[in-house]
Amino acid sequence: MTIRRLVHSELRNVARSRWLLVYAIVLLSLTDLLFRFGGSGERVVLSLTNVILALVPLVGLVLGTMHVYQSREFIELMLAQPVGRRTLFGALYAGLALPLAGAYALGVGLPLLWHGQLLGGSAGGPTLLLSGVALTLVFTALAFVIALLFEERAAGLGAAIVTWLITVVVYDGLLLLAVVSLDDWPVEIPAMIATLLNPVDLGRVLLLLRFDSGALAGYTGAIFARFMGGGTAMAIAITALALWILSPLALGLRRFERRDW
Amino acid sequence: MNPPALELSDLRKRFGRLTVLDGVTATITSGRVTAIVGPNASGKSTLIKCVLGLVRPDGGEIRVLGERVGRDPRYRRRVGFMPQGAPFPQNLTGREALQLVKDLRPDEEPDLDLVHRFALAPQLGKPVRLLSGGTRQKLNAAVAFLFRPSILILDEPTAGLDPLASGVFKEKVKEAAASGAAVLLTSHVLSEVEELADDVLFLLDGQIRFQGTMEDLRRMTGEQKLERAVSRLMRMRAA
Repeated sequence: MTIRRLVHSELRNVARSRWLLVYAIVLLSLTDLLFRFGGSGERVVLSLTNVILALVPLVGLVLGTMHVYQSREFIELMLAQPVGRRTLFGALYAGLALPLAGAYALGVGLPLLWHGQLLGGSAGGPTLLLSGVALTLVFTALAFVIALLFEERAAGLGAAIVTWLITVVVYDGLLLLAVVSLDDWPVEIPAMIATLLNPVDLGRVLLLLRFDSGALAGYTGAIFARFMGGGTAMAIAITALALWILSPLALGLRRFERRDW
Repeated sequence: MNPPALELSDLRKRFGRLTVLDGVTATITSGRVTAIVGPNASGKSTLIKCVLGLVRPDGGEIRVLGERVGRDPRYRRRVGFMPQGAPFPQNLTGREALQLVKDLRPDEEPDLDLVHRFALAPQLGKPVRLLSGGTRQKLNAAVAFLFRPSILILDEPTAGLDPLASGVFKEKVKEAAASGAAVLLTSHVLSEVEELADDVLFLLDGQIRFQGTMEDLRRMTGEQKLERAVSRLMRMRAA
C-alpha cells in the first residue's frame, strides 16, 4: 500500500529530527519538576493543564506549518509519482501528527506514571493525557490548513501565531469581557456555545469536568460544567473536539486536492 | 500504431490575471529528445507541471501514451521525473530515499545503472541533508531513470553536475531515447540542448512559436548556433 510506505518514511524522517526530541524532553522535565516541587497530585495536574493548553497548540501550529513549507519540494516530487493527492495528504498529516502526539504522550505520560497519577490517581492524569493528544491532532490539522492557504512561508507562520494568540489568549478574555458587560442578559447559553467554538476551551472543559475545582478552568469552562451534568457535557466536548480535528482536515484536503503546485 | 508519447491539445492555464499557457498544442514522439526552450516566464515550468499533474490546466487536454491525464495518478507509472534541489525528507538517507521511490512502483524492476555509473553507493548511507549539491542532483537523476520510463521529464538536469557527471548523464539520456523513451528537456545551457535535442519546442508568452527538428530551426533562421537561432526567432516574432 502506497500510503503505508509514505507514512513509514515520513515517520522515520520526523522521528529522527532534533526538535521532536527537544519537545518530549521539555514536556518531561516540566511535568516531573512540577510534581517534585509543586505539591499534591491534583494541584500539579491543574497547573500543568494551563501550561499544556498553551504549549501544545503553539507547538502544533508552528511545527505543522513549518513542516508543510519544508515539504514543498517533496510534495511536488511525490505528486509526480503514481501517488494520489488524497493519499499524500493523509501520509503527510499522519507522519507529523502521530510523532507529535507520541512525543506529548511520552513526555507527559511517563512522569504522570511514575508519580502515580496515571493509574489509580484521580481521573485528571489520563484526561490530561488524552486532551493533550486531541489538541495536538487539532492544531496540527489547523496548521496544515494555514500552510496550504498561504503560499508564502512568512505569511503562513504569521497566521499560525495569530491563530495561537486568538485561541489561547484573546478568546477567553473577550468572552469574559462580553459576559461582564452584558451582565443583565441571559448570556450563559451563548457563552456555552462560544466555548464549543474554541478547541482550547474544550480541552479545558474536559479537564474541569474531572475535577471539582473550577478555579483554574477559565470562565468558559465554569459555565459549561454548571449547566450540564458530567456525562452529557463530556460527550458534547468530545464530539466537538472530534469535529475540530475532522473539519480542518477536510478543509485542508480539499485545498490540497485543488491547488496547483 | 502506438499512440504518441505525449499529446497536448489547446492547453490553457491562467494564474489570476496572468495567462501562462495560451493554447499550447504539440505532439512529443517516442525515441526522441525534445527540448523546450524559451525565455524566463515563457510557460516552460507550467507546461511540465501540467504534464506531471502538479498544475491543473484550465482548458485543453493532455494525453500520455494515449491515456487522458486526469485525477487518476496511475499514468505517472510510466513517467520519470527528475526533481530539482533536495526534495527528499532531510533525515532520510539516500538509500531510504531511493527505496521510497522504488516502493511506489512495487511491480517494476528498478534500474540502478545511474547509481553505479555515478558511483553513488558510498554516499547513500548519509542523510540527504548532508549530501553536497552535486550528489543530490545525481540522486535526483537516478530517481528519474529508476524505472526505464517511457517518458522522461528533465527540468534543468545538469545544473550543479560536474563535467564528468554531466557527461555520464547525457550519455544516459541518449541511451534512453535510443531505446524508445520520449525525453522532454528544459535547460538554460543551450550548448547542452544542441548536443542532446532532436526536436525543439520554442515557447514564448505561453504560446508555441516554433516546433520542429533542430535542422528545421537552423534552416528557418539561417543560423547554425542554437543561441543565435533562438534570439533570431524572438526578433522575428517581435517584428
